[in-house]
Amino acid sequence: MLQYIARRILAMIPTLFVISFLTFFIIELPAGDYISNQIAALKSTGESSSVAKLEFLRKEFALDRPFFERYLIWVGVWPGPHGFDGLIQGNWGWSFEFDKPVSDVVGPTLPLTVLLNFATILFVYIVSFPIGIYSATRQYSWGDYGFTLLGYFGLAVPNFLLGLILLYLFNRWFGLSVGGLMAPEYIDQPWSLNKGLSILAHMIVPTIVIGTSGTAAMIRRLRANLLDELHKQYVTTGRAKGLSERKLLTKYPLRMALNPFIADIGSLIPSMVSGSVIVSVVLNLPTVGPVLLSALQSQDQFLSGFILLFVAVLTLFGMLVSDLLLAVLDPRIRLGGRASS
Amino acid sequence: MNVLSIDGLTVDFKTAEGQVRAVDDVSFTVPQNKTVALVGESGSGKTVISQTIMGLLPESAHVTSGSVVLDDPRGSEPPVDITKLERKGPQMRHLRGNQIAIIFQEPMTSLSPLHTIGDQIGEAALLHRNVGTAEARELTREMLRLVQFPDPAQSLDAYPFELSGGLRQRAMIAMAMICRPALLIADEPTTALDVTIQAEILKLIKDVQSELEMSVLMITHDFGVVANMADEVVVIYHGRIMEKGTAQQLFNDPQHAYLKALLKAVPSFHMDKSERLAPIRPIEVHAEDLKKSRIECTVEPGKPLVEVKNATKRFNLRKAGLFGTAPKTLTALDTINLTIRRGECLGLVGESGSGKTTAAKAILRAINLNEGQVFYDRGEGLTDIAELSGGDLMDYRRRVQLIFQDPFSSLNPRMTVNDILTEPLQIHGIGTPEDQAERARALMNLVGLDARFLRRYPHSFSGGQRQRIGIARALALNPEFLLCDEPTSALDVSVQAQILNLLQDLKRDLNLTYLFVSHNLAVVDYIADRIAVMCRGRVVEIGETREIVSNPLHPYTKALLSAVPEPDLETPLDFAALGESRASDPSEWPEPFRVVDGVEPTLVEFEKDHFVCAPGVEAQSALRGTAA
Repeated sequence: MLQYIARRILAMIPTLFVISFLTFFIIELPAGDYISNQIAALKSTGESSSVAKLEFLRKEFALDRPFFERYLIWVGVWPGPHGFDGLIQGNWGWSFEFDKPVSDVVGPTLPLTVLLNFATILFVYIVSFPIGIYSATRQYSWGDYGFTLLGYFGLAVPNFLLGLILLYLFNRWFGLSVGGLMAPEYIDQPWSLNKGLSILAHMIVPTIVIGTSGTAAMIRRLRANLLDELHKQYVTTGRAKGLSERKLLTKYPLRMALNPFIADIGSLIPSMVSGSVIVSVVLNLPTVGPVLLSALQSQDQFLSGFILLFVAVLTLFGMLVSDLLLAVLDPRIRLGGRASS
Repeated sequence: MNVLSIDGLTVDFKTAEGQVRAVDDVSFTVPQNKTVALVGESGSGKTVISQTIMGLLPESAHVTSGSVVLDDPRGSEPPVDITKLERKGPQMRHLRGNQIAIIFQEPMTSLSPLHTIGDQIGEAALLHRNVGTAEARELTREMLRLVQFPDPAQSLDAYPFELSGGLRQRAMIAMAMICRPALLIADEPTTALDVTIQAEILKLIKDVQSELEMSVLMITHDFGVVANMADEVVVIYHGRIMEKGTAQQLFNDPQHAYLKALLKAVPSFHMDKSERLAPIRPIEVHAEDLKKSRIECTVEPGKPLVEVKNATKRFNLRKAGLFGTAPKTLTALDTINLTIRRGECLGLVGESGSGKTTAAKAILRAINLNEGQVFYDRGEGLTDIAELSGGDLMDYRRRVQLIFQDPFSSLNPRMTVNDILTEPLQIHGIGTPEDQAERARALMNLVGLDARFLRRYPHSFSGGQRQRIGIARALALNPEFLLCDEPTSALDVSVQAQILNLLQDLKRDLNLTYLFVSHNLAVVDYIADRIAVMCRGRVVEIGETREIVSNPLHPYTKALLSAVPEPDLETPLDFAALGESRASDPSEWPEPFRVVDGVEPTLVEFEKDHFVCAPGVEAQSALRGTAA
């Protein structure tokens, strides 16, 4: 098992390299870069005085080098103007738009993004699990139809609309401040118990909004999986042994139906980040979503590149977690090699 | 004393079309310590009866009248009428797995893949016998010993996917036995198993039965199994009992027309070569229309049409991993040599995994060989089919066609029969649309189906009818050579006889050549002129059908033949002789038959036209040669 984990983690390294290259390639696809665009803008207005400074910056950030060199310098395996100084060395790059290091720009938003993602995934699983089981075991009952209808609503209603409605209701009923991830008075304040509670209270609406469609999809999937399993022969075998229905359900078909449920952890993460951009803008959430959007618009390449890479790392991590859980849960995956030998 | 008494049982199903009667006024008893066989074709209602006894009927079914009384002879509990119990209630659960137990047909799917077999077997003991986990484990170990697991203690923690089909079925039997039930229902327990494994499992059920003094209700469609296992027989057809009595009575003096017909439809080794099976619904072949447009095969009858030379095929089981896990290979074909003569039917026999389907695919050029060649005579001498391309390959494809095993998945459910039959013609660009329609009608006529069915979809046909459509499709391009890959193994005996006769008639009328792949020796014996026996990717014996069946020389062929249950009370299986030798392990075969990895499985002509794989003979003669 330990060997399996080690193998999986080792296999992540080449994957990360490929992802980083693709990310860099896609970001560099539009013509020019942030500074050359600036230079062009300055030249068109006739202000050529600061052009020299910008030219210096281009050299400083190695933007004048060829594509592959730029990529390798960014990663940190090729000497740049300041020697080996890239992602591997812990230098996440410079954000031109904010005029400060990328780490300072995304620093405060990253933990909140991870926290919100984690809460949303938890929400998706906690809600969809019992409902999915209920729907499958009582197929075509009123409850099943009701949840199905609710699920389609969840899929069909635009997230931002749902967000606005919930914000309004929470404001009316509980007096929660509109937008943001904490009440205005705690922003930029040191951590305190009340600030933590405020964050928790403010996370409810975004979690529900971002998680709804994922929950709805997950309910449908679990229901379909479980329905498939319920009619398999081994369930009849269990019943023929005299197991009670409840014990039978939890021991046999439910465990089989869990596989796809767990395999989804990895793929949920990127969809949450990219799917929550509009919601984050509407609800004014300090997550990386809006930052990524503006960075892409202004060709702030190191910033957008870093965020994309960060999401990729999160995804890989999610995949690793789901693979490990699958191996724990399913002996066929764990012992597959042994069986064929 | 009767353990189970069924009286006037009637079961109805609620369907979209209204009530359907699945079981109609059925009465029979299962006496203590006896085996009763419930015999019938698919759809006869035999499984519904077993479900009723287990209280496992689906929601849509209900017992309209009658009673099913279980009376445990050990007398610990009073007789109980199962039909009166709530199906999911505690009383019924108390009976299930405790006093009545069941084993199913498919050992591959009837165990949960996620739990160890120890866990699954011991579960019933935990439920019914008031024991703790450790005790249940001990009981399980004992049960595994009883069903002759090679290593009971180790096997407790094995997962089903690590076991072979035979071992899984043993685990199922152990699971059913652990609470020492009064009645065991065996629902086609050996249908999915190879013939040698089947014999072992049947022997095991007999042994366990006498050890535990248990009654068995054996549900089957195989008269060979009935003859070897049953004390009493109940024959059921369309939910009604046709005839019941002791096995002696039924085999020696069948009364009912249905039973007589059924017995005549079963192929057996005692039949004369000229004797024909009598299917319940015979088909008349009308080949006149097809013969008109046929281009006759120019190879002389008896001359080699196909020659497989030193064919070797290896499959990679696991891809080489990123970090250097070595790839594993399986040798599916190990230097096999076969000759199929024009106009004959060569039967290819072997257990699952013996490589017979791979051999058929290689001849079809559906897979490429690693070594060796397949030669085919297209009227201009034998040529290597690997070198065919373009028009020549298309010509080869027209000459060689395939009939599949599963009539359900081999027809596209979204195509009408007309589309299915004309598609080969369209692919090869033969004839105008009118010609093709005409051809489709002629093909339907040929296999005894009404041409009006052409517009229907496959789902409206029975298994036997679908198989006939499959045969018609294979004949659409006027082939001269047909590969039949277990064409009857998914069919009932009465339909099997029908299809076998159809294939025989077609071969006669259209001058076809067959390669008939099957694991059923009796079927191959009926249809084939010569038989080739395969084991673990090697051809071990090949010769005239009569010769192979009456005078088998190779130990594996002998084991295979002795394991076939005959539908005849006079020739019972010799259970005592079974299990002495592991006949399917080539390294265990006695000299000169022993084959180990790396040794070429040479065929030696022991008698005229009767070849046996005996690499030892050559080595001996070589030794003699050097000595001399």
